[in-house]
Amino acid sequence: MNAQAPAETGYNFAYLDEQTKRMIRRAILKAVAIPGYQVPFASREMPMPYGWGTGGVQVTAAVLGPNDVLKVIDQGSDDTTNAVSIRKFFAKTAGVETTTRTTEATVIQTRHRIPETPLTDGQILVYQVPIPEPLRFLEPRETETRKLHALADYGLMHVKLYEDIARHGHIATTYDYPVEVAGRYVMNPSPTPKFDNPKMHRSPALQLFGAGREKRIYAVPPYTDVVSLDFEDHPFEVQRFEKPCALCAATGVYLDEVVLDDRGGRMFVCSDSDFCASRRDAGHRGEMANAAQPAGQS
Amino acid sequence: MYVAVKGGEAAIDNAHALLAHERRGPEEITEIAPDQIEHQLSLAVDRVMAEGSLYDPALAALAIKQARGDLIEAIFLVRAFRTTLPRFGHSDPLETAKMAIERRISATYKDLPGGQVLGPTFDYTHRLIDFMLAAGVAPPEPAEAEPERGAVPRVTDLLDGEQLIEAERAVDDAPVGDLTRAPLDFPADRDLRLQALARGDEGFLLALGYSTQRGYGRTHPFVGEIRFGEVMAEFVPEELGFAVPLGPVALTECQMVNQFHGNAEQPPQFTRGYGLVFGQSERKAMSMSLVDRALRTREFGEDVVAPAQDEEFVLSHCDNVQATGFVEHLKLPHYVDFQAELGLVRRMRAEHEAAREPLKEAAE
Amino acid sequence: MLDAASTGFADPVLDAQSHFRTLMDALARPGSIHAFRPRLTPPGGLPAELAAIALTLADHETAVWLDPGLAADPAVSAWLAFHAGTRITVDPGEADFALVTDIGAMPPLAAFAAGDDAYPDRSTTLLIAVDALSAGGDLVLSGPGIESERRLGIAPWPAALTEQLAANRTLFPRGVDLVFATSGAIAALPRTTRIREA
Repeated sequence: MNAQAPAETGYNFAYLDEQTKRMIRRAILKAVAIPGYQVPFASREMPMPYGWGTGGVQVTAAVLGPNDVLKVIDQGSDDTTNAVSIRKFFAKTAGVETTTRTTEATVIQTRHRIPETPLTDGQILVYQVPIPEPLRFLEPRETETRKLHALADYGLMHVKLYEDIARHGHIATTYDYPVEVAGRYVMNPSPTPKFDNPKMHRSPALQLFGAGREKRIYAVPPYTDVVSLDFEDHPFEVQRFEKPCALCAATGVYLDEVVLDDRGGRMFVCSDSDFCASRRDAGHRGEMANAAQPAGQS
Repeated sequence: MYVAVKGGEAAIDNAHALLAHERRGPEEITEIAPDQIEHQLSLAVDRVMAEGSLYDPALAALAIKQARGDLIEAIFLVRAFRTTLPRFGHSDPLETAKMAIERRISATYKDLPGGQVLGPTFDYTHRLIDFMLAAGVAPPEPAEAEPERGAVPRVTDLLDGEQLIEAERAVDDAPVGDLTRAPLDFPADRDLRLQALARGDEGFLLALGYSTQRGYGRTHPFVGEIRFGEVMAEFVPEELGFAVPLGPVALTECQMVNQFHGNAEQPPQFTRGYGLVFGQSERKAMSMSLVDRALRTREFGEDVVAPAQDEEFVLSHCDNVQATGFVEHLKLPHYVDFQAELGLVRRMRAEHEAAREPLKEAAE
Repeated sequence: MLDAASTGFADPVLDAQSHFRTLMDALARPGSIHAFRPRLTPPGGLPAELAAIALTLADHETAVWLDPGLAADPAVSAWLAFHAGTRITVDPGEADFALVTDIGAMPPLAAFAAGDDAYPDRSTTLLIAVDALSAGGDLVLSGPGIESERRLGIAPWPAALTEQLAANRTLFPRGVDLVFATSGAIAALPRTTRIREA
């Protein structure tokens, strides 16, 4: 493995300069020591736009070493455009080995999903976070939300969820569903579907969260309690799908709806492309496995 | 040197001559031609056409040259030219489902009929300065593929098939408002709001759209679809009674799909925010669709609590030609008013001083 | 003045990266012992492990407190200034990092910065050199990063420290974090860890 960045990039290993990495690394260590607390950090301008993963990219750049194997997913898939772009960025600036296999990766950067394959001790999951503040849509001012976190005053959040129940009979939040970490901080899991929330609870992997535009880093150490907020009479529930994956027949996984035509034709397939491919390689066949595969992006 | 009050005319002529000289730059550098601007700075041209509200790439390119690259100044030039043009009527509604797609992406579906077409985009480029461009190296040949045949259905039409999104029905005979021909009244209907936003300043709308994403009027947006390409503009001359093509217009259309929990009258469903601009400008079309949806707040029985939802605030301040004119007018002489203020401040200070005298004496 | 025989990292980029990863692993899995073999030669009484952690994390944006033994040796301050550009502070309450070589004579944990309720991250990380770290020692640890319980031995272990760490835990989310280093290995006790003696 090439220890230095390929010469033609003209940039430091993993793009960031060492001073920036030290600053981010200090923030990561505080984040690990204070699970769920959003550590402010001096987020840098990155060569991709804000909102496209600059926080995750900075965390990954600060963590990554020459022996790592990197996987990047967006919407659960390795071949979505932003995932391809970020994977190429690190292949180019850090010269690290990349993979699409969840089991082979040491560092996984993700947007909007947690892989279906359970993560293991020693793996690091880096989340790209657009809005780190769970109270932001209830209280837009940072000065106020900081006070609420300091006081562990999460009444607003419970009122919001309860209003949902009063109005709809159930909680109407489907993604970025708030969690309580290690019995103290309420945290945004980033816009993963709430389906993935239970995977965060006592995961053997280290979970790091980077929000570039909002300049925050937070973390969930391995084997840490992550509890989705709910009420005794309205316990937390995850999404369920009526059918198995049309390609690999998996059940109990998160599915993407793929539109086949403009006459209402639909198929449901695994959002986690590596998981789906591994199952098909192992001989599992869904009802449309032999029909036309959904086309990739042209 | 400061110009004395008299003799201003010569000074102004001199200033403008100097401007022309500065615009040209050093003579040993080749003068830029409008067709270079039109074809090599085409996104600047697109912005000037969109906010200038006039589809004429060559004219917009010339305006950019004249404005020394100041795009708001160029927009101003185009607007002033537009004013002088005769108006024959309005085109038929553009059929964006029949667009010759150059780029078409949906964030709500991984794949869909017509496919995801990336087209020419900065997305996923790494923003590393490319020093090869300075050397003038020829770019690689782009890959080519047969274009999609036939109409590419809009994502919102797919959702409409399941009635998951609010229905939008064409109203054939309704008059189309035009805020360049009649003064804007509040509350303004959506046609006028969309016109104002389409002409509105990209930066202003961007900031407002962004504010809705950060909790100041949240709308739970998803990009149902963005498409860019050419659409034929058609016009029905009264004497003919049938549509004749006027020519292709390059457009960016954004259909934002927003979560809506429903109210007493309406079931839970997705609602729409719409953006349409000349040329290729996704930033503008997306910002426009976020602000369009935010401005529909009252329509859905929601409370107006944020700047982006405040129709008067948004429509009164989104036009950059108006805004730059009024902000920059502060450079004009104001000495008559200022003289009056000077007198007033002196008088108030004297009164303030007089009021303090007895207090001072009492303190001593 | 700089000790002529001392050196910084052999490879500043990759040494810092691998040391950081070890530190992050240690803090994420409290009480687990990690191999840590720095490639540098610090001056005087500054252990290589503490020196390597300091170079990994400290720079001109941080303040470092030195215990009296280290503070007495000008070569240590000169080395940290030269290789890290870091500021030395005499006030443990404003230190980002504290370097401790004599755990028995260390000020009480309460003397260091614990952050405040709004910014609990504005706290000191103590880097403490000890004689030995052993798995399965007398300290029984639980909390985030530990599946059920983990045992750790630290020698020497001043009796008062168990009580001070319990007090530190009650401050949460405020508090200090501790990294212990011995020859060739480190282990960490972040503020989240509950500790009792077996």
